[in-house]
Amino acid sequence: MLVAVEDDTASCALRLSGVVKTFGPVLAIDGLDLEIPRGITFGLLGPNGAGKSTVMRLLVGTATATQGSIEALGMPLPASSRAVRARTGLVPQLDNLDEELTCTENLEVYARLYGVPRRQRREAVAWGLELAQLTERADAFTAQLSGGMRRRLLIARGLLHRPELVLLDEPTVGLDPQVRQSLWTQIEQIRSSGATVVLTTHYIEEAERLCDRVAILDHGRLIALDSPRGLRSSYVRSEIVVEVPGDPDRQRRVAAAAEAAGLAHRPAGTAIAVFTDDVSSLVGIDGLREEDLDHRLRRPANLEDVFVALTGATL
Amino acid sequence: MTGPLTDVRWDAIGAIVHREWSVFRRVWAAPMFGSVVEPIVYLVAFGFGFGALVSTVAGLPYLDFMATGSAAISVLFTGMFPGLINGYFRRKENHLYDGLIAAPITVAEIVTGEAAWTGVRTTIVSVITLVVAGVLGVGLAPTVVFVPVIGYVGGFAFHCLGAAFAARLRSTHQFDFVIAGTLVPMFVVAGTFFPLDDAPVWLRYPALVNPLSHVTTLFRAAAFGIGTPLGLVVNVAVVLGFAAVTWVLAARWLRAALID
Repeated sequence: MLVAVEDDTASCALRLSGVVKTFGPVLAIDGLDLEIPRGITFGLLGPNGAGKSTVMRLLVGTATATQGSIEALGMPLPASSRAVRARTGLVPQLDNLDEELTCTENLEVYARLYGVPRRQRREAVAWGLELAQLTERADAFTAQLSGGMRRRLLIARGLLHRPELVLLDEPTVGLDPQVRQSLWTQIEQIRSSGATVVLTTHYIEEAERLCDRVAILDHGRLIALDSPRGLRSSYVRSEIVVEVPGDPDRQRRVAAAAEAAGLAHRPAGTAIAVFTDDVSSLVGIDGLREEDLDHRLRRPANLEDVFVALTGATL
Repeated sequence: MTGPLTDVRWDAIGAIVHREWSVFRRVWAAPMFGSVVEPIVYLVAFGFGFGALVSTVAGLPYLDFMATGSAAISVLFTGMFPGLINGYFRRKENHLYDGLIAAPITVAEIVTGEAAWTGVRTTIVSVITLVVAGVLGVGLAPTVVFVPVIGYVGGFAFHCLGAAFAARLRSTHQFDFVIAGTLVPMFVVAGTFFPLDDAPVWLRYPALVNPLSHVTTLFRAAAFGIGTPLGLVVNVAVVLGFAAVTWVLAARWLRAALID
């Protein structure tokens, strides 16, 4: 398609203004303004029910905004939904592979749906199988694949037509760490091909590792937007976090000592997290030694800390 | 829902037909066995069994009457069940439609592609039924060449009827409402097994609005070269109108179920 004028809109992959979405009495998106420039990997982070998947649904037209306006790839939604979908690839959170078809046939149907020209279809399917590392299993039915394989096929299915905008809804949820690593590599490859990637996740490390910018959503509202590093430095006072496990009594004593030293602290799962730039303030409490604090119990601040600082709740 | 005809993506409809074919070419034996054997059983059992008691019905030998009636019933069953059962499971259980609508295809195109494929199956079934009837001694007129067209349009329409219900059902238990409330009355009160000309009025009028009656009449008209022009125009109009209405309902209701 020829675009005569390169305006602001063209450099913006997505623009949401004042978007509100209700499902019956449930307010899923509560006045969301968001601009996502082209060519970056953008993360939507938030707990379950924050509205992440609803944003994805609005972008592929399976839900329409109650209020506000949405533009994708310079085109208004839902008016130009079909044209947007032709240039967008969605990898859904819920596995909806066609179980009556083989891997090859699954890709073939979507190559046709995305209008891949007849001559390039075979090549596109072969490329998809390779991307999914399923060339050897090309004729296997999807029901015979492992969870990781299915997820890779689902990703390949969404990329067959080389979309400009790639939407990944919880791409690694429920997968074991090894599979997750290999999917991250796949996602990094998509970005390096020049596409804009928008992914939702509630895995902190995923957002930290993959995303150039992260929007934190809570109750359908945008509560923070920055690079992962920017978010940490804005919302977490200290770069170092010490997590002390142990019985509640010990944790209470650690909390008291942190309080006395003027350090921020919070419960973090079964441990207590203390935010500090100087771990020596905790030495001696219940046998905590400096070397433990330096190595074993210490971790860098992460987006979970940001989220807790912003909302008081954990992800 | 769908814009002007120029907005229709025929290649996307083709993708849906291709998907149906990809599945069918592997599993064809079971559904085709059912679709072909069932009308033949009706034809043989009623035709020869009941036919021993009645020689002619509505001016036709009973075997002829029954052959066309069972072709119509098989179009109803072979058409409506894929629309109803597949439509329900693809929406509620397999989430197949959720995947498809993220691609550049409309819900109306999905419904059209699926119904178009079902039409192919009902065409095959109606042709086979009449070929078997011919072998069993039913005398066919040259106008029998219209049978595939009637089988196709009828199957398309009944598929859409099933798909419209499928878009509305909340659980598999509700299949019973559709089957007992629609399918069974439709196939019994349609002049398929017995003529309704002499039936009481309260039974004749429902039969008149039953689209299967009109499909049945059209099959008889084509198979034996009978019927009045005006009657045939009415039959064709009812069947086409029924196909249009059920197509719109299926597309609209499925869209409402999938898109919030």
